[in-house]
Amino acid sequence: MNLQLVLEQVLNGAQLGVTLFLMAAGLTLIFGIMNLVNLAHGSFYMVGAYLAVTFYGWTGSLVLGTLLALPATLAVGVVIEVIALRTLYERDHLDQVLATFGLILFFNELIAIVWGRVGLFTNLPDWLSGSVDFGAAFSYPLYRLVIIAVGIVVAGALWYMVTRTRLGMLVRAGASNRTMVAALGVNIRQLYTLVFGLGAGLAGLAGAMAAPIYAVQPGMGDAVLIQAFVVVAIGGIGSIRGAFAGALIVGMVDTLGRAFLKPALATLISAPAAQSAGPALASMLIYLLMAVVLALRPEGLFPARGH
Amino acid sequence: MRKIILAIVAGALAGALVAAPAAAAEKLKIGFITTLSGPAGIIGKHMKDSVELALEQLHGKVGGLETEVIFGDDQFKPDVGLQVADKMVKDDKVQFVSGIIWSNVMLAVAPSVTEQGVFMIGANAGPHELAGSQCNRMFFTTSWQNDETPEAMGEYLQKKGVNDVYLMAPNYAAGKDMLAGFKRYFKGRIAGEVYTKLGQQDYQVEISELRAKHPKAVFVFYPGAMGINFIRQYDQAGLHGKIPLYSAFTVDQTTLPALGKNALGLWSAGYWSSELNNPANREYVTAFRKKFGYTPSYYGAQSYDAIMLIDSAVRAVKGNLADKEGLIKAMEKANYASTRGHYTYNVNHFPIENFYLQRAEKGPHGLVMRIEQTIFKNHKDAYYQECKMK
Repeated sequence: MNLQLVLEQVLNGAQLGVTLFLMAAGLTLIFGIMNLVNLAHGSFYMVGAYLAVTFYGWTGSLVLGTLLALPATLAVGVVIEVIALRTLYERDHLDQVLATFGLILFFNELIAIVWGRVGLFTNLPDWLSGSVDFGAAFSYPLYRLVIIAVGIVVAGALWYMVTRTRLGMLVRAGASNRTMVAALGVNIRQLYTLVFGLGAGLAGLAGAMAAPIYAVQPGMGDAVLIQAFVVVAIGGIGSIRGAFAGALIVGMVDTLGRAFLKPALATLISAPAAQSAGPALASMLIYLLMAVVLALRPEGLFPARGH
Repeated sequence: MRKIILAIVAGALAGALVAAPAAAAEKLKIGFITTLSGPAGIIGKHMKDSVELALEQLHGKVGGLETEVIFGDDQFKPDVGLQVADKMVKDDKVQFVSGIIWSNVMLAVAPSVTEQGVFMIGANAGPHELAGSQCNRMFFTTSWQNDETPEAMGEYLQKKGVNDVYLMAPNYAAGKDMLAGFKRYFKGRIAGEVYTKLGQQDYQVEISELRAKHPKAVFVFYPGAMGINFIRQYDQAGLHGKIPLYSAFTVDQTTLPALGKNALGLWSAGYWSSELNNPANREYVTAFRKKFGYTPSYYGAQSYDAIMLIDSAVRAVKGNLADKEGLIKAMEKANYASTRGHYTYNVNHFPIENFYLQRAEKGPHGLVMRIEQTIFKNHKDAYYQECKMK
């Protein structure tokens, strides 16, 4: 095990972390403010990826395609909130799970009808496709560095919005005590729609940035969704700070577990046993972490105040 | 009022149900099971389109009989596959069940179908149980035994004298079988053997690890979306062209459209390619492209062959579907124009066929797998000696 490899894996962890953050930020706000369990959040990730690829094809620019996909996914989110989810806020979580699970099926089939079942092809433009060399022995794909950078910038912007603007104040207030916010004369419906749209837009951005590296095909958001829920549980419901910390923790634990658990186990038990136990244990690691966090701090690491 | 309508509808339905079998007695019925929904639905589409093409070319008459094909969706689940097959056998009274992509679905369906005296003609999955200890006279396949394709890749790298090969596959039964098949013929040094989570999206972690081991070649088994993810990220990590990448069931016509230039120049092994040059294959590929506008995959070719195999057998018994012995004897001859060219059946009803080294290249119809050389001639699977056919 050498230092370069460790550094490279830390970067991998950071990249997974920021992607998860973009997903979890919306999820945690929607859960915290509207008390809505939104299983369809992964669908916005998928919609974002498909729209980005389509816009990329039309405009010939990856950056423009990604930038257009964000508002477009936001708009899809707003439409879904208005026509499908409004009636669900007062219902219990099981009804919400059922309805939003239905939305997953709906979106997967809709995408298959519109774009077909074959995965879409996208490629990075030449200026983004190379690797950056760090010294002689270690290089890292440029595009993944860009994802990390964009994720950090978006996290900063979101932090500014939540802590320094009037909208952010309402969002925080909503996460702490919805009834009180409504009683103070805030148009809570509008706030809900806005927050939902914003969450969808962020998921769309995550999907759009994932499009050049992952298979763009129906159902692509379902796997990310589960990890994003783990992030929300670890970070604390309704907390942007928690989502950021949780996402980085989950990203690092998952990545470093996959990379180093097997060799670490091999020093303790026999190599063949480590061969089969390593991957199995590595894929359980984030769920074990979640269980520990929930046992010690049921509110999550950074709960929204007033809960 | 509503009750009256309900009664009428129910009566009409009952009448239809009673009347149906009488009219259908002279008909050949084939139940075709594949995965039509979800991400794997693309494979099902290739198979279904090929069956429809075969029916069209036979003018709707397989073996000269009026034919009905009933398509079933197994949703990638063994229990659903079994349910669908049961319905086909018991309610629809099919004489043949065909299709099936996944080995776990096949292991659930095939024994149940054959036990009820119905033929099972596999068109993809070839689990070793069915080739060996659980072989059955009523079971045939137009594809291969699972291990054979990675065996071919292993044999090629062995002959080439490559050492330090890095192996990767998803962590489930077929993944382990594939690498075992590879190692049956490859005896050189193995630089690493890594199993990843089934359905994993991001392989950057494993690619970093791979790079640090400096292997001379990489062999992977990543079907479907996993392969698209892996190969794309392999390319983006700058390894494409640096460390040769060999694969099985990863680069094919279901993934090439999404892979594009990421796949250019990659090697694979297989018994079939759209570029295989024989009259039956040329006719199939040309007609398929004309009708559906895309290039077929081996999934399609096997499905097309399954219908043509049934056609040849039903013709041989002159449409007498009750003559099951005759049908078995006829199918054992494989007397039809297969898209892979002529082949014979082994004692376990798995084909003895050639395997080729293939390479992704640009052709006039987009990316195709060009055949570079024959790795195995008339290759037999590793399990047929365990088969005690009754």
